[in-house]
Amino acid sequence: MTALLEVRDLKVRYRGRGGLGDWLRRRPPPWVHAVNGVDLDIEPGEIVGLVGESGCGKSSLGRALLRLTPTSGGSLRFGGQDLMGLEGEALMRFRRRAQMVFQDPLASLNPRRTVSETLSEVLRVHRLCPEPQIRVRVLELMDRVGLAASLADRSSRSLSGGQCQRVGIARALAMGADFIVADEPVSALDVSIQAQILNLLVRLQRERNLTILFISHDLGVIRYLCRRVVVMYLGCVVEEGPVEAVFARPQHPYTQSLIDAIPRMAPDARLGASALTGEPPSPQARPAGCAFHPRCPRVMPQCRTGEPPPPRTTDGRRVWCHLYAEPVAPEGPRAGDPPAYQQSTIEMASD
Amino acid sequence: MALLEVRNLSVEFATPAGRLKAVDDVSFAIGEGEVMGLVGESGSGKTVACRAMLHLLPPGRKRSVAGEAVFEGRNLMAMNDAELREVHGRKIGMIFQNPSSHLDPLMTVGGQVAEPLIYHEGLTRKDARSRAVELLRQVGIPDPARAVDAYPHQLSGGMRQRVMIASAVACRPKLLVADEPTTALDVTVQTQILRLLLELRDKTGLAIVLITHDLAVIASTCDSVAVMYAGRIMERAPKPELVARPRHPYTMGLIRSQPSRAVPGRELPSIEGQLPAPGDLPTGCRFHPRCAFAAERCRRPPVDLEAAGPEHVTACLRWREIGQAA
Amino acid sequence: MSAPGISVGDAAGATVGLRRRILGLPRLVHVGGAVVLIWLLLALFAPWVAPYDPIAQALDAAMQPPSAAHLLGTDNFGRDLLSRIIWGSRLDLQMGVFGVLFPFLIGTSVGALSGYRGGVVDMLLMRLLDITISFPFFVLIIAIVATLGAGLLSFYIALALVGWVSYARLVRAQFLVIKHADYVLAARSLGFSPARIVFSHILPNAITPAVVFSMSDAVIDILLGASLSYLGLGIQPPTAEWGLMIAEGQTFIASAWWIAFFPGLAIVSLAIGFSMLADGFAEHFGLRE
Repeated sequence: MTALLEVRDLKVRYRGRGGLGDWLRRRPPPWVHAVNGVDLDIEPGEIVGLVGESGCGKSSLGRALLRLTPTSGGSLRFGGQDLMGLEGEALMRFRRRAQMVFQDPLASLNPRRTVSETLSEVLRVHRLCPEPQIRVRVLELMDRVGLAASLADRSSRSLSGGQCQRVGIARALAMGADFIVADEPVSALDVSIQAQILNLLVRLQRERNLTILFISHDLGVIRYLCRRVVVMYLGCVVEEGPVEAVFARPQHPYTQSLIDAIPRMAPDARLGASALTGEPPSPQARPAGCAFHPRCPRVMPQCRTGEPPPPRTTDGRRVWCHLYAEPVAPEGPRAGDPPAYQQSTIEMASD
Repeated sequence: MALLEVRNLSVEFATPAGRLKAVDDVSFAIGEGEVMGLVGESGSGKTVACRAMLHLLPPGRKRSVAGEAVFEGRNLMAMNDAELREVHGRKIGMIFQNPSSHLDPLMTVGGQVAEPLIYHEGLTRKDARSRAVELLRQVGIPDPARAVDAYPHQLSGGMRQRVMIASAVACRPKLLVADEPTTALDVTVQTQILRLLLELRDKTGLAIVLITHDLAVIASTCDSVAVMYAGRIMERAPKPELVARPRHPYTMGLIRSQPSRAVPGRELPSIEGQLPAPGDLPTGCRFHPRCAFAAERCRRPPVDLEAAGPEHVTACLRWREIGQAA
Repeated sequence: MSAPGISVGDAAGATVGLRRRILGLPRLVHVGGAVVLIWLLLALFAPWVAPYDPIAQALDAAMQPPSAAHLLGTDNFGRDLLSRIIWGSRLDLQMGVFGVLFPFLIGTSVGALSGYRGGVVDMLLMRLLDITISFPFFVLIIAIVATLGAGLLSFYIALALVGWVSYARLVRAQFLVIKHADYVLAARSLGFSPARIVFSHILPNAITPAVVFSMSDAVIDILLGASLSYLGLGIQPPTAEWGLMIAEGQTFIASAWWIAFFPGLAIVSLAIGFSMLADGFAEHFGLRE
């Protein structure tokens, strides 16, 4: 099955802010490499999780995939078609298929528009439906995402976060999109509402066989929702694979520490013993060699000087790390390694 | 004897839309060296409650505050400005969610940590500065001798939060109120900051009120928990007790809707409905419109807290019938 | 899936009727709005409200202090002051409204273009703004009016040429911020054209500060127009205009103080009205954001 989305060596960069020293020496401001050569394949109907901390480039990557941010290298193919050169009508056709759901639901809607206006504008501009039927179609969309019809003429300003996010999802689906990039869609919502929106996404995915790239920093949500997970750090993918396998036996030390840092929800929970120190550096100050080496608890000499070698694919998993460069690379944790993510016994029992 | 005991705290605001009760009859107590979690979603009143008890509500809005907050035997609510200034910074410290907006951008980091020392303890500039360097080292800032002259914008989010902690604990307060201290931080940094707070508690006997919306954070750090919803306390218990045997449908719902406990492929248990608007609160139990176990009597006031176990109180009338959460 | 909380949701922030929205505005808006509305009505219904013809002279009744026959007294030509003030409101209100309208339109266009396009366009327009600002405001207005000849039209032209600057700055600043808002990115991702994005999405949200500013700008324009008439560069006698009336009355301050006083009071009251409107709306929108 050919992948719906094929990303090869994608790069996104923008000009950083130069200092006075640069100006005096007539040097242009340095480039900031938000996305630094990413390879990714997404199959139709998959929900793929993209996880990483601030500065890792996941938002930039998400936008670049939808042609909302200019790229500076690499290739991007959607449904077999090259996206890089698309213009005009062809670009418009792509937009109808690929849409985004944003992180801040209140900011993603024009505060002066009502729900009905927001949705009908999409239908009108793209001439998706004759004028007399627009209202009907709008109410249909609202019903699809669980919004009461009485909210149709309320302005976006007066809706709650969860309601706004439903409108955002309805807007993305209004054109019949089958690929959704969800950029932290539940991070700004209250916990009790998060679950509602996640359930909605799961239901819509099943009903319409949507392909979703779910960007989040919340590993718990990713483990629940996604089949595959991609871990990013400072613009690069460091690990990729099926969710269960990655969570049970993380290979990259960064993945390990992310998993360790998840607060546990159990009567006897204690803070995780994370071996990680320091903070994610800013993309403007990329360390040489492997970007993670200053914070890596298992750093080796070659990590400081050279970038990790290209990964081999084993059981659908890939990891970009010097630890696994030898042909006899271990599959899972070695003796004495910090413990991997443990599934709580309570959940196992409820199956 | 509790270090801080809040009794029947209520805060009402006068707004163009009428009188809004943001906090309704809230009581809790925290002992020395205890870490108490105050958990609730938006509109729960957790922040307003803590600020009200410390007299730190934003000026300008007309409000009326009732109740007592007895700290070391003295009622904070009855104190005048001069007495409060003795308490703030010296006996009680506070840290906030967004370190960038709570640090003065025009003052060096060292200056901000030293300021409470100069003001409250009367240290000289030189002494305060060396204490500041020591404090920065204690909170885990690398190269504190240089960092002391840095400005907030030169530091990252996690570092700024550490600076705020240093300045809040500079005068060795007995109580620290932490309002969503890690919400704006990356998850790996969050662990570090939480660990730092627990270390401070272990070394100095500092009591901490940890306000957050994240139950998992509470579960891994706190000794006791109070759950708030729409201005009222729904449940209060020691942490192991609350997580193992929640006695209120809202708490049960919160625990169950954590994605980390969910089974992939199964529908995630969620709490239906939305948080009520402050001007339009339900009668009787505030949670009943969204409660799967709501009965007719849940609509009728009053709803008091009932004992449901050792040091465990719940606001649910039907807690005995509902039994344990799955 | 059941519809989430209908009853609660409807009550919370339901579509408020126009009446309730107006009542919900700050008190400053009500007071300021009332003052401006009163003057507006007086101006509209001047022919019916004013007791006398504003330019009819009656030299035997000149310099009369306020009395039953002439509520505000008469001036040195025997003209009824009350009628002149009522008729004068037409001109001063006009100066406030139209004096603001043209700079608003020009400034908004420049600011929008500058803020949205950025780059070279922004740079050039902002240099033009810098040049315009570097001339002293009042001196420039007076110079232009003097060149074009006295009168209301010259006044509007002068303001259009000079007064657009503040609006351009306000609108540009808003554009620079809103350009990066999520809902603008969403509009792009939905394939909307730049024109639609600018006019339909960004502009309505960007002009709020400019609108609030226009009300305090109206105050300045009224004072400016009155000052120009006072200097002889604006409205010409015998037309009744408040600034002109002050100029004519200043010689009689000692003997017939009312001739200059009441027009002055009228200017102050209208200016305060607009100023309160500006403050009130600023408070209202400030709370909103």
